[in-house]
Amino acid sequence: MKALRLLLFAAGALGLAAAFVGAGRKLPPVGSYAGAYGEVLNAVALGERRATDVVSAVNFDYRGLDTLGEEFILFTSVLAVATILRRQEDEEDEEDEPKWEPRKAPESDAVRTLGGVLVPLMVSFGLYMISHGAVSPGGGFQGGLVLASAPLVVYLCATAKTFLRIAPPGLTRAGESIGAAGYVLIGCLGVLAGKTFLENVLPLGTPGNAWSSGTILFLNLTVGLAVAAGFTELLSVFVEEVLRREA
Amino acid sequence: MIGALQLLLFILLAVSGMQVVRTREPASQAVAVSFYGLVLALLFFLHQAPDVALSQIAVGAVALPLMILLALAKVRRAEQAREKETQR
Repeated sequence: MKALRLLLFAAGALGLAAAFVGAGRKLPPVGSYAGAYGEVLNAVALGERRATDVVSAVNFDYRGLDTLGEEFILFTSVLAVATILRRQEDEEDEEDEPKWEPRKAPESDAVRTLGGVLVPLMVSFGLYMISHGAVSPGGGFQGGLVLASAPLVVYLCATAKTFLRIAPPGLTRAGESIGAAGYVLIGCLGVLAGKTFLENVLPLGTPGNAWSSGTILFLNLTVGLAVAAGFTELLSVFVEEVLRREA
Repeated sequence: MIGALQLLLFILLAVSGMQVVRTREPASQAVAVSFYGLVLALLFFLHQAPDVALSQIAVGAVALPLMILLALAKVRRAEQAREKETQR
């Protein structure tokens, strides 16, 4: 029986391998690109939008509306997770719930020193990535996640209370909402100027400067705020649970 | 040189992807998926897609494993509470 199964598997695997090799031989070489859209954008993005990172120019300008959709996907998911995980106000604490020993701040000098070095690096790198989205790879989304990992490192080096002190839930909730709303408001600037929604109507500046590419910079800032605050909000739901359960 | 590195990363990607599936314990699986995400990010970078690589590092190597670990902690806590309930 086992031999039969092995035989069946071998026949299937051989067929699959043959199909893969056949398909692989027809693949275009690495780096070849068949579309025309990318070539056009590479040629015009620097002149039209003064953005040296064409990917950001596409995400926050040419296809800015798609990014708005993605931003609200993120907003909705954070909202959903927070709603599901948050303990209801009327849900009473069970008295015989096992309490935990409060987690002490780590006493290891190595952990605390490493955290002390990492946090400022993460904050400045995150801010750099958010503000230089139009100039170099990265942008609001990536920078926002880097920024949101900083309070996590603080939590690892200290206690849950410290986390909530540097990232109070009220502040993260406000940040997430302001970030998401800011994107729409910047989009409305185009309408106010008598053009289309999300049209790049601000002065474009010099390519390579952080202050360049008009609305791309400000859209990156709002996305950075929304992502950093939203992710921190998720973390704080878990941290609040830890605090509640600590004796 | 770059081609050889790409090939090496492809093989590493296949091996680590297999290991993610073969790991049975969810907590170790989170660590395995984090390593897989890091390899994938390096591969994106070597294919000249630094924007995607940065997103991949942030999401695949940090955010996803972290969310898995936090969710696991939450589930285990609920299980502990239920066990205590049945003991009474």
